Amino acid sequence: MKKRKPKLAVWKFASCDGCQLSLLDCEDELLDIVGAVEIAYFLEASRATVSGPYDISLVEGSITTPHDAERIHKIRKVSKYLITIGACATAGGIQALRNFKDVKEFISIVYANPSYIETLSKSTPISDHVFVDFELRGCPINKYQLIEVISAFLNNRKPNIPSYSVCVECKRNGNVCVMVSSGTPCLGPVVQAGCGAICPSYQRGCYGCFGPKETPNVFSLSEHFLKNGLSSADIVRVLRNFNSYAEPFRKGSEAYER
Amino acid sequence: MEKFKSYYLAPEELNKIFDYFKTRGYKIAGPTVKDNAIVYDEIESVNDLPLGWTDEQGPGSYRLKRRNDEALFGYVVGPHSWKKFLFPPILTLWEAKRENGKFKIYEQNYSEEKFVFVGVRACEISAILIQDKIFGGGQYVDPNYLRRRENAFIIAVNCNEPGNNCFCLSTGTGPKVLTGYDIVLTEVISESGHYLIAKPGSDLGEEILASLGFREATTQEIDEADKVSNEAVNKFRKEVDLSDVVEMLQSNYENPLWEKVSEKCLTCANCTMVCPTCFCHTVEDVTDLTGQSAKRVRKWDSCFTLEFSYIHGGSVRYSTASRYRQWMTHKLSTWKNQFGMIGCVGCGRCITWCPVGIDIVENVKLFKESELKLKTGESYGRGNT
Ligand code: SF4
Ligand code: SF4
Ligand code: SF4
Ligand code: SF4
Repeated sequence: MKKRKPKLAVWKFASCDGCQLSLLDCEDELLDIVGAVEIAYFLEASRATVSGPYDISLVEGSITTPHDAERIHKIRKVSKYLITIGACATAGGIQALRNFKDVKEFISIVYANPSYIETLSKSTPISDHVFVDFELRGCPINKYQLIEVISAFLNNRKPNIPSYSVCVECKRNGNVCVMVSSGTPCLGPVVQAGCGAICPSYQRGCYGCFGPKETPNVFSLSEHFLKNGLSSADIVRVLRNFNSYAEPFRKGSEAYER
Repeated sequence: MEKFKSYYLAPEELNKIFDYFKTRGYKIAGPTVKDNAIVYDEIESVNDLPLGWTDEQGPGSYRLKRRNDEALFGYVVGPHSWKKFLFPPILTLWEAKRENGKFKIYEQNYSEEKFVFVGVRACEISAILIQDKIFGGGQYVDPNYLRRRENAFIIAVNCNEPGNNCFCLSTGTGPKVLTGYDIVLTEVISESGHYLIAKPGSDLGEEILASLGFREATTQEIDEADKVSNEAVNKFRKEVDLSDVVEMLQSNYENPLWEKVSEKCLTCANCTMVCPTCFCHTVEDVTDLTGQSAKRVRKWDSCFTLEFSYIHGGSVRYSTASRYRQWMTHKLSTWKNQFGMIGCVGCGRCITWCPVGIDIVENVKLFKESELKLKTGESYGRGNT
């Protein structure tokens, strides 16, 4: 008997589509992906859809509206595995910057007719709403990590997605540490690996696209930044990026805001 | 009487040695300036060496500086070590394919790359000898390491000026190169000129120096070189008595000081990545999307990661203090039980390249102080009862 191909769906919430694009960006591997799974629902790539249930659902984006807060439950119900992709889906994304402010105020400034706008006061990660089987970090995600996760789920094995620091990848690359050699602030020591240490490989500090690593010591690194000339306001800005609402970064930035 | 003669080389004459090896299929790996530091990379000629550069190191700090001479080796060790050539950071061990319903393993071809290592310091030779024991001693050896190691020709250099974080005098591994080299150089810059004294340490080294037409060094030149390299021991700024460190650390597992010394630690693993003796690695098994091929990849790993101590049910070393304790105790103490020597050669890399400048030497001193307090406290206590 021929095995049925697993059905893959890709869902979008509040996001920029960049992570979905990473899937389309898998040029060399795209044929293998299409060979291995049935792409049943992926509006960014095709309007033809196949109805659920789905074996793997990739979810991009954060929950920002009451409508989306309901929609994610429907998706969870029709998905065997639900994998969130990107900083929006795993941490609330750049739009979670609003979580630190009063959204109503923004709405009244930005929109001519604020009464049409129906939005939640916070942008939250998918895992705040439903059970998530695996979280893939990054802004955007790394396409090799995406392929690794899909391969792992298809082959019933654990994905090789490390939770250690960017520094490990940075050192394996043979980079010279920008922080030690020129005093450039770098978030690498508190950020999860996955990007291949792109920024330090070009002599820039890490911006934290992949969110907090396991047991990140945000306070020690922030104190180090302070000693090396950054102000408290700088530290708040450094920590308030794509992953500002991830707990360790949120707590860190809130501490330096006072 | 010395087994081998010493030879005189003008700095640019090193090229003759490089060319000798290049025509025999070797690559020349040596120090060179890149991205604000002196790293180890493939080089072509003497001109690629860090002529006239030095480094200024401190805890968590490294700055490249100009020297006021044209020294070839006027700096100490940088972020790289020779382990990147002998024990590569990422290495595919083997690949397998599904063929006619069977699982077929393809052996990876071992690297046939041959390297000349140029400018290897005394501490680094000790580190290589330690890794020789780890990868080449005992029942299970690493054929990959051994192949690379056999193919390495070592041109060492004596350190004339230890760096701020160097403490090889305390670990007994430097600053003078005593063993484990094919050729050792001493660089002299004086009124009599700028030259290198080259002494062979192996038959191949001797053969090369003799065959390339270098002249024998005069007694005067040898004396001058000895004087320069002997003075290095007086220039250390970092020293610590390590005579009782093995026992001391093992009797302090529960000391609350571990919390304090690791307070700033980021568990980022930089210290272990730069350490020339650290050998820990992980293996990842990877399958492709089609499930038709698989491979096993070895990568540098570190006792500072949470995953490192993961066993069923969770990680054994969750707290930062427990990870820092594991690292420092292994380096300076339990390594001795395991391999017969301590795992630190005093190169200072972990101090320089720790982003927040945590200093293993200062921490040894803190433990010594705490032991002392405990002892004097104890005797005081006893006196009162
Ligand atoms: S450059 Fe950044 S990521 Fe790289 S080792 Fe230094 S602190 Fe870590
Ligand atoms: S630790 Fe010693 S041998 Fe190593 S670079 Fe410093 S002075 Fe040279
Ligand atoms: S523990 Fe530190 S000083 Fe000792 S060999 Fe390793 S990196 Fe060098
Ligand atoms: S001691 Fe320094 S380099 Fe090592 S893990 Fe801790 S912070 Fe990182």
